[in-house]
Amino acid sequence: MTKNINVTLKVWRQKGPHVKGGFETYPATDISTDMSFLEMIDCVNEQLTLDGKEPIAFDHDCREGICGMCGAVINGRCHGQEKGTTLCQLHMRHFSNGDTIVIEPWRATAFPMVKDLVVDRSAFDQIILAGGYISVNTGGAPDANSIPIAQEIAELAMDAAACIGCGACVAACPNASAMLFTSAKISQLALLPQGKPEATSRALAMVNKMDELCFGNCSNERECEAECPKEISISNIARLNREFVKAGLVSVVK
Amino acid sequence: MNGLTNPLGTSVGKKLMMAVTGLAFCCFLTIHLAGNLTLYGGKDFFNSYVEHLHSLGSLVTLAELGLLFFALIHVLTGMLLFYQNYNARPARYSVNKRAGGRTLGSATMPYTGVILLLFVIFHLMNFHFVDKTNTTTFQLMSNAFASPVYIFIYTFAVIIAAIHVSHGLWSAFQTLGANHPKYTPFLRGLSIVFSVVIGIGLGFIPVYVSLLR
Ligand code: HEM
Ligand code: SF4
Ligand code: FES
Repeated sequence: MTKNINVTLKVWRQKGPHVKGGFETYPATDISTDMSFLEMIDCVNEQLTLDGKEPIAFDHDCREGICGMCGAVINGRCHGQEKGTTLCQLHMRHFSNGDTIVIEPWRATAFPMVKDLVVDRSAFDQIILAGGYISVNTGGAPDANSIPIAQEIAELAMDAAACIGCGACVAACPNASAMLFTSAKISQLALLPQGKPEATSRALAMVNKMDELCFGNCSNERECEAECPKEISISNIARLNREFVKAGLVSVVK
Repeated sequence: MNGLTNPLGTSVGKKLMMAVTGLAFCCFLTIHLAGNLTLYGGKDFFNSYVEHLHSLGSLVTLAELGLLFFALIHVLTGMLLFYQNYNARPARYSVNKRAGGRTLGSATMPYTGVILLLFVIFHLMNFHFVDKTNTTTFQLMSNAFASPVYIFIYTFAVIIAAIHVSHGLWSAFQTLGANHPKYTPFLRGLSIVFSVVIGIGLGFIPVYVSLLR
C-alpha cells in the first residue's frame, strides 16, 4: 500500500578528495514508499538545488540492480538492510515515518574519495586488468556445445559471474579486503575449460595486484557474503585459495 | 628462494602461514589437554605422566623448538596482518552494524592473540623456566593455584584461547581452501565444540588443583 513518509537524512558531505568532510542533516518530506532509495535522494537533491545548495553527489546508472554503480552504507549496512539488494533496488517501504537515516560512502584506502558518496572504484578495474580475462584469438564462431561442461559446474560459474563489481564486499569487510570480488572473478574463469590454461598466472597476478592496491587481508569474517547484493558465496574465496596454492606452491609457472 | 617468498608474502600466503601454524597450535592444545587430564587420576598419576613426557628427551625439545618457530611465524604474521588491515581502512564508519557474518571470535582475533602471547610467556615462566630439582610439577601447580589471582589469570586466559579458536579452527580450513556445503557447517560447529571442550577442560584445572589442597 502506498503512503507518504517523512524521514531525516544524515548524509556524508565532502567537497573533494583532500578536504575534510562531515555529516549534514536534511529533511526528506512527503516521500512515497514506492520510491527507491535513489529516487528519494533525487527528491532531496531537487529541493537542495531550489534552495541554491549543492546537490548530494552519488553514483548510479541502470537503477535496476545490474550495473554495480550504486552503493552507500545505510545505517551501517551496505546497500541498506535488505538481503541481496542493491541500493537502487532498496525501496522506501522498508523505512518508517520519522526514521533518521545515516548515509555514508564506501570507506577503504583502495577506494579514494571523489565527492560526497562517490568513491573511485577503479582499483577493481586494475584487478581485472591484471588477469581477469581469457586470451582468445578471434576466429570462426565455435559450434555450440563443442566443449561439454557439466551442469553443476556451469551453475557455479554463473553464480560467480553474477558479481556486478559494486564494491559492497570491500565496504562491508572489517579489513577492507577485496577477496570476495577477486575470488568471484577468478572462479568464473577457473571453473570453465576456457579459463583453465591461464588459471595459474591469473591467480598470482590478480592476488598480487589486489595487495599492491592496498586492500586488506581476508580474515574470514563473512561480512562480505552477508552484504553482497548478488549473494556471492565465500566458497569462491576458498576456491581462490586453492587456485593460489596450486599456482604459487606447486605449479611450473615461476 | 624468490619463488617461495613471493607467494608466501602475499595476503593469501600470509593467511596460509597463519592457518598452518594455527592448526598446529590447535593440535598442541589437544595434546596438552589430553596430558593434563591425567590430573583427574590423582597426583601420582599426573607426576608419572610428566616423567614419561620428559623421558622422551630430545623429542620434547624438538617439539618445543617447532612450536617456538611456529609461534614466531604466527605472532609476527598476525601483527603484520593487523597493521595492514588497519591501514586498509583508517577512516571508520560512524554507524557500525554487523550483517551476520562476524562473531565474537572473528572480531577479536588480534586482541585475543596478544593476550594469549602474554599469557604463554607468563605460563612458561611459571612452569617451564623454573628449577625443578627439589620439587614435582604437581607441587609447583599446587603452590601456584593456592593464589586466587593465579586461578583467575589462568581461567581468564583459557577462556580467551577458547574465543580465539572458536573462529580460528574453521577459518584455517577455509584459508586452506577446504570449503564445501557437505562439511563446512560441520567444521563451524566443530570449532565451537572444540573451543568449549578446551575452555572447560583446561579452564577447570586450576580450580580443581586448588580444591585438592
Ligand atoms: C594457543 C595458542 C594459539 C592458537 C591455538 C591459535 C590458533 C589460531 C588459528 C587456528 C587461527 C586461524 C588461522 C586462519 O584464519 O587461517 C589463528 C589466527 C590468528 N591468530 Fe592465533 N593462535 C594462538 C595464539 C596466537 C597468538 C599468541 C597470537 C598473537 C599475538 C595470535 C594471533 C592471531 C591472529 C591475529 C589471527 C588472525 C589472522 C587473520 O586475521 O588472518 N594467535 N590463530
Ligand atoms: S562480490 Fe558482491 S559485493 Fe563484491 S563487488 Fe561483486 S557483487 Fe558487489
Ligand atoms: S544503479 Fe545499477 S546496480 Fe544500482
